[in-house]
Amino acid sequence: MITLNINGKDVQLDAAEDMPILWALRDIVHLTGTKFGCGMALCGACTVHLDGQAIRSCVTPIAAAVGKKISTIEHMQNDKVGQAVQAAWSAVDVVQCGYCQSGQIMAATALLTSNQKPTDEDIDAAMSGNICRCGTYPRIRAAIHEAANKLA
Amino acid sequence: MNSHLNISRRTFIKATALAVGGLVIAFSTPNAKRFLLPGIANANASEEGKKLPTPNAFLRVGTDNTLTVMLAHSEMGQSIWTTLPMLIAEELDADWSKIKVMHAPAAPEYIHTAYGIQITGGSSTTWSEFDRYRQAGALTRALLVSAAANKLGVAVESLKTENGFVISGDTKISYGDLAEAAAKLETPKTVTLKAPKDWKIIGKATKRLDGPEKINGTAMFGQDVHFDGLMTAMVARSPVFGGTVKSFDASASKKIKGVHQVLQVPSGVAVIADNYWAAKQGRDALKVEWDLGKNASLDSKAMLVEFRKLANTQGLTAASMGDIKTAAAKASKTLEAEYSLPYLAHSPMEPLNCTVKISKDACEIWTGTQMPGTDQQAAAKILGLKPEQVTMHTLFLGGGFGRRANPAADFVSEAVQVAKAAGVPVKTVWSREDDVKGGYYRPMYLHKAKIGVDAKGLPVAWEHVAVGQSIMLGTPFEAYQIKDGVDATSVEGVADSPYVKGTPNHHVSLHTPKIGVPVLWWRSVGHSHSAFVMESLIDELAHAAGRDSLDYRRQILKDHPRHLAALNLAAEKSGWGKPLAKGVFRGIAVHESFGSFVTQVAEVSVDKGVVKVHRMVCAIDCGLSVNPDSLKAQMESSISFGLGAAMQSEVTFKDGMVQQSNFHDYKVMRMNEMPKVEVYIVQSTEKMGGVGEPGLPPVAPAVTNAIFAATGKRIRTLPIGDQLV
Repeated sequence: MITLNINGKDVQLDAAEDMPILWALRDIVHLTGTKFGCGMALCGACTVHLDGQAIRSCVTPIAAAVGKKISTIEHMQNDKVGQAVQAAWSAVDVVQCGYCQSGQIMAATALLTSNQKPTDEDIDAAMSGNICRCGTYPRIRAAIHEAANKLA
Repeated sequence: MNSHLNISRRTFIKATALAVGGLVIAFSTPNAKRFLLPGIANANASEEGKKLPTPNAFLRVGTDNTLTVMLAHSEMGQSIWTTLPMLIAEELDADWSKIKVMHAPAAPEYIHTAYGIQITGGSSTTWSEFDRYRQAGALTRALLVSAAANKLGVAVESLKTENGFVISGDTKISYGDLAEAAAKLETPKTVTLKAPKDWKIIGKATKRLDGPEKINGTAMFGQDVHFDGLMTAMVARSPVFGGTVKSFDASASKKIKGVHQVLQVPSGVAVIADNYWAAKQGRDALKVEWDLGKNASLDSKAMLVEFRKLANTQGLTAASMGDIKTAAAKASKTLEAEYSLPYLAHSPMEPLNCTVKISKDACEIWTGTQMPGTDQQAAAKILGLKPEQVTMHTLFLGGGFGRRANPAADFVSEAVQVAKAAGVPVKTVWSREDDVKGGYYRPMYLHKAKIGVDAKGLPVAWEHVAVGQSIMLGTPFEAYQIKDGVDATSVEGVADSPYVKGTPNHHVSLHTPKIGVPVLWWRSVGHSHSAFVMESLIDELAHAAGRDSLDYRRQILKDHPRHLAALNLAAEKSGWGKPLAKGVFRGIAVHESFGSFVTQVAEVSVDKGVVKVHRMVCAIDCGLSVNPDSLKAQMESSISFGLGAAMQSEVTFKDGMVQQSNFHDYKVMRMNEMPKVEVYIVQSTEKMGGVGEPGLPPVAPAVTNAIFAATGKRIRTLPIGDQLV
């Protein structure tokens, strides 16, 4: 048994230590907002926060999360920056198919938590690991600026 | 103009009472041509007169005032979840906040009004449903108004409707309060649709109804399906298309904790486990010996040599006019060029997956699909059931781009085979590697053109040979898409090009090599290669004539007002002809596809061979724009999808195997590569076209034409990659 802190709650899991956080979240805890896209930290669909840092949950074993706090898209409504990001996503009407958007929002929230006024270059640096096949990039960029303005 | 539609002429409509109270509006199209897979009886051929089951409805008015719109099409990002309800809400004068949306099940009622199968594709949803969904709204409104008139003892004409209420003077009755009475009324034979001048919703930028759930993580995709007892499967498939299992050793797989069964299925060997991680580890540990079969020597370079050889001879004629030989002999100058494009994977963000639960006389399937009816039939055939015994639950599609519309129903059929073999409910999940290597690609194409021009540099003889696999061969569309051996989608954008048609002597022909690589429509189908070729060729001709690219196109397209409208708007908004920052150059391309006309202007710089796209200016004439904001989103999307492919994406073969595997080597567009995008809509009352695909075809040639302007180098092979380095 491994104990993980997920979205503020301790959860006991009967899972191998090398199981990626992604699959523990999706297949054991059934928090399916975090998505599987590539399995190799290449697309960012699985992005969650580990102690506030954006990580790729598809390659991070649950052993690495013991004693730390995992935060997922389902928790962003309780996060001040997360709320602002979600509100901006809505205002700009960013989403299309929507599959990558949990990861995009988690990456954007981590960015805005550490950098209150990101430039376009900062956004490129923080967000280029998150692929969107629908090409919502211009709206993601606009929404991040919008959230930054609202948080200022 | 009021559209006064006689409903019974085209569609059969029923209004019925909901078992739980409320009103259901259902349409069926009994006379529409249906396409079925071989071996499937047309069990529902005669629907007329049968009572439609309650789920088979387009609209339900609940006694709690909810309005549930059933989507005959799948939401895969294109915003049809919002656009179709807009059509109903417009005619119904609905309270927009009360709208709920559901994907329809697979059923004859929902077959495409033009294509004859239940499909989302061809950028066709909005125009093909424009009448049907407005009628559903208008019909419902008429019934609710009649019910109110009866209740109040007033004339129908004295009543008006607004925001979910029927209004009589100071009295307001909600639709929900009228739903049960309305359900008992006789369905009107005709309805009157609103005149465009009275539209309050159609034509207005409207926010997505699926936005909130896609922002907070609660939206359900196929991948997210879970219920007690559900297992996860991964299938080891042959590394070469068409290969078969010779033998396998599952001993190591079965030692993995959580792995329950390892079974041979028609497509390979399935590992069935408690969860994805166990299934993946089980599959990694599996030892399979394959009989690689006849495709084991597939090689992209050899294919290109073969295509080139074929292109030296005329293929089957796709279009022909005049006397090409005589005209070519008299030409002032001749341009000869060869263009080629690679296989492309769709790679939607959500890897393919399908959940199947089989019971004694029934089967339930949960997946994101663009063709639920075809999938249903394929599943029924495998299980020896009737199609109606298979229930399809369509969830949000995490991208489609054509991959989730497979006439061969590959990922659904496989999942049914796995669940059948396992004897338990199973979700079969593909890895990203499975997706990239799994076939059903945009086919590789090679085009060769020989164009003779007159003294003014205008084409007088155009000879064009295309070489590439047929997408339609073996599909339900074969009968009307393939004529005399020519797949119309192989030469679309060439055989019907205004440049070719406007050349007095022309000949377009096609070679269709049979290659063991499964191919499929990929966003914009044949236009995904033909527009690159045609818009590059016309640019080559303009430069050869010493003409401005825009002026030259305007001259040739002078009798094509919709091309011109898109060209002129994009030219104006991009500042065509005006100076740019140092080192930045423009390229332009215009192309008609799926009934719409799109121009892209690219601003590009090339530094030490590295191409950067700074800005794309897009103009579209698609006729009426129902939701201008989702239209713009589709143009942004097409630019991203098209640019990624033009710049970096390719699937290649060596020793029969796909050489790419995941997003590190099957490269797609990322944030740092995305240019600024501006989209402009031509105000148009012309015939409605599509928007999901038409933005894409002119993207690549706009960029490569800009590269030519910047460097004098003509890119004739995609992807651009490091050709200039």
